[in-house]
Amino acid sequence: MPANGKPRIAVFKLASCDGCQLQMLNLEDELLAIAEQVEICYFLEARSQILDGPYDVSLVEGSVTTEHDLDRVREIRRKSQMLITIGACANTGGIQALRNMQDVDEYTRAIYANPAYIHALSQSSPVAAHVTVDFAINGCPISREQLLEVLTSLIIGRQPKLPAHSVCVECKRNGTVCVLVTRGIACLGPVTHAGCGALCPSFGRGCFACYGPMESAHPDSLCQNLAARGVTRPEILSLLNGFTGWTEEFRSAAEKLEKVPT
Amino acid sequence: MIAANETRTIRLESMTRVEGEGGLRIEVHDGRLRDVKVDVFEAPRFFEAFLRGRSIREVPDLTARICGICPAAHQMSSVQAIETALGITPGPETRALRRLLYCGEWIESHALHIYFLQAPDFFGMESSLTLGKSHPDVVRQGLELKKMGNDLMTAIGGRSVHPISVCIGGFWRVPRRNELLELRPRLEWALQASINTVKFVSGLERPDFAPNYECVALSHPREYAINDGSIASQVGLDIPVRDFEHVFLEEHVAHSTALHSVRADRGTSYLVGPLARMNLNYSQLPPGARNAAKECGIAWPCFNPYAGIVARAVELLMACEESLRIIESYTEPEPARLEYALRAGEGCAATEAPRGLLYHRYRFNDQGVVQSARIVPPTCQNYRRIEDDLRLMLPGILERPDAEIVDACEKLVRNYDPCISCSTHAVRVHIIRD
Repeated sequence: MPANGKPRIAVFKLASCDGCQLQMLNLEDELLAIAEQVEICYFLEARSQILDGPYDVSLVEGSVTTEHDLDRVREIRRKSQMLITIGACANTGGIQALRNMQDVDEYTRAIYANPAYIHALSQSSPVAAHVTVDFAINGCPISREQLLEVLTSLIIGRQPKLPAHSVCVECKRNGTVCVLVTRGIACLGPVTHAGCGALCPSFGRGCFACYGPMESAHPDSLCQNLAARGVTRPEILSLLNGFTGWTEEFRSAAEKLEKVPT
Repeated sequence: MIAANETRTIRLESMTRVEGEGGLRIEVHDGRLRDVKVDVFEAPRFFEAFLRGRSIREVPDLTARICGICPAAHQMSSVQAIETALGITPGPETRALRRLLYCGEWIESHALHIYFLQAPDFFGMESSLTLGKSHPDVVRQGLELKKMGNDLMTAIGGRSVHPISVCIGGFWRVPRRNELLELRPRLEWALQASINTVKFVSGLERPDFAPNYECVALSHPREYAINDGSIASQVGLDIPVRDFEHVFLEEHVAHSTALHSVRADRGTSYLVGPLARMNLNYSQLPPGARNAAKECGIAWPCFNPYAGIVARAVELLMACEESLRIIESYTEPEPARLEYALRAGEGCAATEAPRGLLYHRYRFNDQGVVQSARIVPPTCQNYRRIEDDLRLMLPGILERPDAEIVDACEKLVRNYDPCISCSTHAVRVHIIRD
């Protein structure tokens, strides 16, 4: 942080839905106070003023899917003291990483009449695959509370505290009856980062890992458990190949599962 | 400034205060406007391609991720398209609850656009953060309205960005009546704040500009259409949703990763969104909104895009009124979701997203695996109309300094509340004077 003056913050977007940067504007009760404490130098969706870097903190939403994204993410890194990725796309490649297992040329032909106009990399990749990331906020979308915790920490100069436990722990704290154990519903809660408040189980459905794999997750043993409960292989594969499916943990679990003879 | 015989290009790399990223390119040849393009280079995300092979059950959660600002709209169009194909129709209580979720999204999205993306233009300010210093009460009212919309969505869908409750047949969980009744006092405040918003935005100075629009929106016999209806325009179009792809055509142009829609028969542009809806469905506004619309000093139908902010404010009010009405008569749908038997099928649906008509179509096999998907968001339908508007406006302002030209273009584009993330499932301004 600068010794004097306000921290200079920038918000960038790559391939994404806008939802994570919207969470900053969704801090309705705190937004004006935050804007007093930091200098928002670059945030295209929120303001027309554009101030050049360097920036103390850049928040980056979205995954790298084009040559242009790649150039931008390197430029953002050069201009930023601290780079924080926000959301599943920036952290894991996001839902658009489903194409990583497919033929992008075929995809382009399927949607666009003139595929020659489209320039896309064959893979949607996380920001950390290309530049050093200093901190990541998980989620699809990120939670407002976690974003506020990180912004507050930056302003007062302490380490942000985000939970490292699983969605499972959140369910227990909420008193939500386990949907997997009691109803046999396929749920990735045991291997997924906390942060959403264990929303899906409280609605009677299984977790589909918006917040990505938690530290030292063992999705393989969870998959065996799900299979033993009668969840079919295509259903388990679909769950793994979701919003954070391009992470090492979920990808390797899915690859192993595909190799198991039926 | 363009000299008499000058040839060059003016470019704006990135428009600001729009959702998603895109630019403008204005080409001037021999002192005259040759062309103007809204450049969309935001990365394509290939939703229609990766939906193939996924289960229909996953579609509402997947398509929500097209847009963080209107996720519920994508969920609504997708589940209803799939329900049509499966031959199931959820009951009236479910339909009412879906309309309520949609009202929450209209409140959130309209408040965001009115107060944060567009209002600063009318004060000559660069953002609502700056506006907040001179007019803190205005900005706080906008924030509070937006929060109301988000909280209503959260009460039904668990969270406002990518809600998790919508599913084929209904909802994973429906709110208890008490949970919704708790929102009533704040909704009553929001209703009053929306009346103030209509007064506030209708008092802002508008440029005189009235292109000849074909306004396209859903039309419903008994209500201000959101959930369903036929597709109508003020020049005699009235078609069932299943004919959408025959009447409207998506074209792929070199300067955009978003497709552009036109009328298939004559290749002309058309307008979707709040102004189009107001022009078509004015008589079905609930009483408070109709009264505010009548008293705001604009004669409806109105074809001035700069009045779009007023139409949006009237709809904000409408959504608050509707929310209160729905909550008042709310009974919990029982069951929360209909059971259904898997079968092969194809179905389409259109609903009114905050930015306009949103069409989805799916075909799937007897295992419920998606074989093809088609998604036409409102912004793709408006791009051609935006470019047509710019072509009309630009010849009159080419003698001004470049910065003013670009500024006027951006302001015109903001009237449409374009959502570039949706449309690529991107925009960039370049002015070319070569």
